Amino acid sequence: MSLLAPGHRTCSGCGPAIAIRNILEATGDDIIIANATGCLEVTTTPYPETSWKVPWVHCLFENAAAVASGIESAMKAIGNTKTKVIALGGDGGMLDIGFQCVSGALERGHKISVICYDNEAYMNTGVQRSGSTPYGASTTTSPPGKMSIGNDTFKKDVVAIAAAHHIPYVATASIAYPADLKAKVKKALELQPSFLQIHSPCPVGWGFDSSKTIEIAKLAVDSGAWNLFEIENNQVKNIFKPKETKPVAEYLKTQKRFKHLKPEDIAKIQSWIDDKKKQLVCNIP
Amino acid sequence: MKSVITGSRAVAEAVRCSSPKVIASYPITPQTHITEELAQMVASGDLRAEYVKVESEFGAISCVIGSSAAGVRSFTASSSQGLALMHEPLFAASGMRLPIVMAVANRALSAPINIWNDLQDSISERDTGWIQLYCETNQEAFDTTVQAFSVSENKEVLLPSMVCLDGFYLTHTVEPVDIPKTEEISNFVGEYKPEHAYLDSKRPMTQGSFAYPEYYMQFRKQQETAIQASKEVIRKEDKRFGKEFGRSYPLVEKVEGGTDCILTVGSLVGNARIVAEKEKMSLIKLKCLRPFPADELIKAVDNVERIIVIEKDTSIGLGSGVIASELRSAFYNTSDKPDIYNFIAGLGGRDVTVSDVKSMVARVRSGKADHVEWWM
Repeated sequence: MSLLAPGHRTCSGCGPAIAIRNILEATGDDIIIANATGCLEVTTTPYPETSWKVPWVHCLFENAAAVASGIESAMKAIGNTKTKVIALGGDGGMLDIGFQCVSGALERGHKISVICYDNEAYMNTGVQRSGSTPYGASTTTSPPGKMSIGNDTFKKDVVAIAAAHHIPYVATASIAYPADLKAKVKKALELQPSFLQIHSPCPVGWGFDSSKTIEIAKLAVDSGAWNLFEIENNQVKNIFKPKETKPVAEYLKTQKRFKHLKPEDIAKIQSWIDDKKKQLVCNIP
Repeated sequence: MKSVITGSRAVAEAVRCSSPKVIASYPITPQTHITEELAQMVASGDLRAEYVKVESEFGAISCVIGSSAAGVRSFTASSSQGLALMHEPLFAASGMRLPIVMAVANRALSAPINIWNDLQDSISERDTGWIQLYCETNQEAFDTTVQAFSVSENKEVLLPSMVCLDGFYLTHTVEPVDIPKTEEISNFVGEYKPEHAYLDSKRPMTQGSFAYPEYYMQFRKQQETAIQASKEVIRKEDKRFGKEFGRSYPLVEKVEGGTDCILTVGSLVGNARIVAEKEKMSLIKLKCLRPFPADELIKAVDNVERIIVIEKDTSIGLGSGVIASELRSAFYNTSDKPDIYNFIAGLGGRDVTVSDVKSMVARVRSGKADHVEWWM
């Protein structure tokens, strides 16, 4: 039985909900979750109900990792070495507004796992651009127009920044590859402090039919818009190679957020992806 | 045993004796000595606690929110800009009913940047749902810190407390402080055993749910009920402390002396006492700002005709000091209310000397004073 009870209020086809269900299948129930404010919080804990069958504590938008560091310190103080502490949040909570707390907690070496479900924009407030929004994407604060391509920056490489803290384990995962995702969650709990970023498509924010979530998540990986890999002890390893690499255009055309892009924009994204692939083999200095 | 120590040291000693399990604080003048003393105590093994070297005050309060939610006694300390940086999590701490204790070394806020004392930092956080206790002396800083743990952790209360002590005037000034034996204090405070909501994987619970409009107000009202109930708990704990250690601090202390009265807060009470005695005036020391002891104040001014309220804070645009404004509303529905003269003084560390206080009194008595004046 899932540790995330059904009946929560996420949208149909919600990528983050699939991510969380898979995370909890891997963690088991001896955990404590510090959850940043975001879609996940408001949809799973409407008082007096809750979907969480594990201990869960509300955090602000930006302090989940610091709260988790306090929980871990308390566990240490009472001699509880078994319960695993997880800071959970979206891309806003973990790599933008909450990044200071993430960096502080990783740098201090707390035995926690920071897990980010990345749906590539501030979805809870209605699809505004985040540091994790891909280049060209239309959001409500990066709308395309005569003077705008849409989001004019490439996705923030938070995994590299996390790895620069020289923590034991950093990885990326995708909800399209649940076995891989769960194995990485298990590893993240073993090798703390750890950082895991999970690509989690959002039908509402990205503009696709809610039956297509997994398909689109898989296309992201197959096209290289999202790469699956691990960084263990500063070594990049297990870079996932899809059987057949697809052009990014195939991924982009499935979503309304990219529908305004011109061929030259798509070419720019493709070349960013190609460069990224080359960079991936490097280890963390 | 009496030691001649700073207010910062007094707070740190009180924390050591109260044995919190997690401490997280970030250096800021004039609070820094508190966190340094605690780091030293942990390093030397005199205090067995997790001392978390956080990256900011925002991280500090967030960290102790986590540890307190996990059910262990937790302490932090801050001041001024640091306290302001904690503003958002302060609401989360009180809303989730976490009995955190924080020492606030009172200091002015920027701009202009200024590191010296006034009360603007904690006064500006008066709506965050924290108990606020102010200290006149280093001894009181020690005693209040100890009592704050007992008050906050009382199950009728379960709210966080700020123990406020004036930056430099107390934090950096040495005074004789009686520090009882560690066992006596730890017996007084006892062990913290959370009974209801805390994070434990054996009894999973959701803490701090999302509340729709039909529930949100209930939570807020419960906080109000709890902080009102804390008055009785503060009194009881103070009485118990008095019985044990011979020192006691009422919510509102009144020294009878005449129909004119000086009312103030914190270390300035010392100078006010001297003037009140010389000038045959009464003195009111406001120990507790949240919960606001309105009934106690109304009682205290029963035979008072004029009150001179001296305070080191303001609310820009209100046209008054905050404490005088709260007094006016407390007295609004009473008959025979005293005339209130409000002096906003000592902002950004300007000394308010005995002779300043005397001059304020003379000004009021000569009939020249306005009802609100900035003592420049």
